[in-house]
Amino acid sequence: MCTSARPANLEDRLWNRKIRVQHDRFFLKWHATRQCLSFRTLLHRLRSQPFAAAFLITTFLFANIHATNAAEKFPGVGRTAIPAEIKAWDIDVRPDFKGLPAGSGSVQKGQKIWESKCASCHGTFGESNEVFTPITGGTTGLDAVSGRVASLRGDANPGYPQRTTLMKLSEMSALWDYINRAMPWDAPKSLAADEVYAVTAYILNLGDIVPADFVLSDRNIAEVQAKLPNRNGTKLFLPLWDINGRGDVVNFACMKNCKVDVNITSSLPDFAKNAHGNLADQNRLVGATRGVRTDSSTEASDAPLPGKARNPNATSGKDSREISGTESVAPLQAGQAAALAKQYSCVVCHAANAKLVGPSYNDIAAKYKGDATASDKLIAKIRSGGAGVWGAIRMPSHATMSDAELKALVHWSLAGGN
Amino acid sequence: MRIDVPLEERSLANEVTDADGIAARNAALSPMGLGRLRRAPEGFLNASQIADVQAGRRGLLRHALLSAAGLTSLSLNSSFARPSLDAKAVPTVDPRGDPNILEMPEHTKSLGQPVAARGYGMPSIWENNLQRRESPGLTRVGAAGVSFCPLQGLFGIITPSGLHFERHHHGWWDIDPRKHRFMINGLVKNPKVYTMDDLMRLPSVSRIHFIECGANTGMEWGNVAVPTVQYTHGMLSCCEFTGVLLSTLLDDCGYDKMNGKYLLAEGADGSGMTRTISIDRALDDCFVAYAMNGEMLRPENGYPLRLVVPGVQGVSWVKWLRRIEVGDMPYATKDETLHYVDLMPDGIQRQYTSIQECKSVITSPSAGQMLLDRGYYNITGLAWSGRGKVKRVDVSTDGGKNWRTAKLETPILSKCFTRFSISWNFDGKPSLLQSRAIDATGYVQPRLNQLREVRGSRSIYHNNAIQTWRIASDGEVSNVHLG
Repeated sequence: MCTSARPANLEDRLWNRKIRVQHDRFFLKWHATRQCLSFRTLLHRLRSQPFAAAFLITTFLFANIHATNAAEKFPGVGRTAIPAEIKAWDIDVRPDFKGLPAGSGSVQKGQKIWESKCASCHGTFGESNEVFTPITGGTTGLDAVSGRVASLRGDANPGYPQRTTLMKLSEMSALWDYINRAMPWDAPKSLAADEVYAVTAYILNLGDIVPADFVLSDRNIAEVQAKLPNRNGTKLFLPLWDINGRGDVVNFACMKNCKVDVNITSSLPDFAKNAHGNLADQNRLVGATRGVRTDSSTEASDAPLPGKARNPNATSGKDSREISGTESVAPLQAGQAAALAKQYSCVVCHAANAKLVGPSYNDIAAKYKGDATASDKLIAKIRSGGAGVWGAIRMPSHATMSDAELKALVHWSLAGGN
Repeated sequence: MRIDVPLEERSLANEVTDADGIAARNAALSPMGLGRLRRAPEGFLNASQIADVQAGRRGLLRHALLSAAGLTSLSLNSSFARPSLDAKAVPTVDPRGDPNILEMPEHTKSLGQPVAARGYGMPSIWENNLQRRESPGLTRVGAAGVSFCPLQGLFGIITPSGLHFERHHHGWWDIDPRKHRFMINGLVKNPKVYTMDDLMRLPSVSRIHFIECGANTGMEWGNVAVPTVQYTHGMLSCCEFTGVLLSTLLDDCGYDKMNGKYLLAEGADGSGMTRTISIDRALDDCFVAYAMNGEMLRPENGYPLRLVVPGVQGVSWVKWLRRIEVGDMPYATKDETLHYVDLMPDGIQRQYTSIQECKSVITSPSAGQMLLDRGYYNITGLAWSGRGKVKRVDVSTDGGKNWRTAKLETPILSKCFTRFSISWNFDGKPSLLQSRAIDATGYVQPRLNQLREVRGSRSIYHNNAIQTWRIASDGEVSNVHLG
């Protein structure tokens, strides 16, 4: 009897009736006596406490009596979280700024952090569209008055080519929280709270939301919220949030002679047919259909030949066990460097023979040709970040790469990405 | 007669000897002709040619074929004048029988591989074409990118684990399950920490659910942008997930039933993905999953723990799940404020648009494919609804003027793929294939311009429009929008 679990909702019902005090007092008394009383004795003792009696009888019948927590349904599973653990993980900031740590940061300080840790991806003024969509742009002083960004409207003329962060942003908490939890891109959660305030202030200044001498803090962030250009630009749309909602678009299931326009208004232009690669190679070799050949090659499909091993790195697949670069892993092969370049997003800024944000691998190879110290120099440079030798945007540091990975990448880069 | 000839056996060394063989060469002229035979059109050979074949004078026909392959103008009849780049791959049939039958292959006459040659089995090398793929230019950083599931080649309702679509916001990791922790805090009597050991000891459920990114088909709001169903609909998968119901865990922590209205789910990856879930959804059928399709989750899908939020867009299925907080208001996280908001024509962004409404798509035949021939086809596809079960799927071959109700395969489960199919004869007439799903609430999947009338064309998210595939007279299938 004492081993079966008590229905979980019983205690909750009692809890909600705010009888916690009786409950606790009763349990203390009961435990102080002993864990197993005779039924007759129980009845006698509880005659003057009918509510507690009802509880105890139910408990007696169903409960698993536990010395520390009578409500436990799954004894031995899980444990109470320690306050320090909750503090370490509970970092979210809500729209009412609950969770926001105390602190402050100036636009000026934010600019310094920005230039060393953020500008390489986002551009000096948060305007870059190279690696991520722009953070700034598309907002006006009028927007700040209305709290609605005009360039988001469908009839906006002219509109704005990109939907920037500041155009869409309706909650300050989201901006602060996201920088705090996920930025910088290559070292998330590395900024101190004051640094997050500073970077946030810098972004707000780029958007003309706060002046250049502004210091953002937990005390004035609500005032900044009231200045956001798109603070009134979002709406909870219940029908798509509620499982029982009715959608906003209605169709009827007409079956015969339905009045529909069957003119083709859009199709893929010929030049785009091969943009996703040869479709013949993306369909099965047997079945009711074949993929359409969209490239100009005269070769048969590059289907595998019998006995040819499947290459796990053939397309987007990577085998992390091969490239995770732990000590126990064998030295990296040069052939894996291309996968590393993709893994560490090097290819976002570097291509084999075209300058993107950074120099091409061919240009790197040409510059360091014959330089015996090139390998060591480049390893140090990739690890700690560049100085802007090739252009205005500096390469960020890549501190998480292992020695073996760096060596393989540099070797590969000095060979022009081959 | 339809015979597939493995690539290495495609050769003109075999003689072209009969009408099927010639028809096969003709088939090879088309873009899809590799490796199969087409029936000869009636009257393709004139009487004297037939007499030549019957008399064993095959050389002339063979010569004509070689000439065609060599891009010369020498021809037997006018149709032979069309040069073929693929003619060298013409499969042939010997009148004495198919060599694939008569000449027993190596696998029939010698010893194969032993057991456990591969400790964890892999698909056949012949299936290499079906891969998760990226859409070029869609995202610029692979660690915050998407790979699409090859729906065009899948069967039934279960997505193979290795082909499940991917969407990462800060790259994927293969986390040591012994070190992974899951915490519940906030409005609970007893904030708790669970190890994987703890979670895997608890009562579990195994349920099959679809998962669809809110941005699935997002590239198609304005115009046709991508060539195949893999890219139009491939941010979509359906698997059996196993794990512990959130109701079990929330009860275990004694959540505040009076004030706990929302949950925040948070991932352990760099992005620390955070999403708000209503407590009603959470208690209904959400669970923390550690397994998928009978094995542990794949790293790309959140190993060792992810959230399953049936019917709700994939971003809420937080991967590498580390924490759930019970709260009393929505959290307006970055991915509920800057992204995953539906931009309306008036410039308002709809927030918390979570439910994936009823939707369907024909996966075979689908764009970027070529029908083998005229004749019989089993049109098949997938239907799903975030509000419950699929009740009915209709299929049109004339762009939506007339519809027939398709057959639904079992099982038909709530918030799960339902496979539908319907018979069709392709007679060479250009056709416009569509499917239209209706769910248990009576909601009918809308046409694209019905969606646009209400939501404009810049929403990015939640495009559940009826998809049209055009079939040209030569059997090529392409992605089109109708007026």
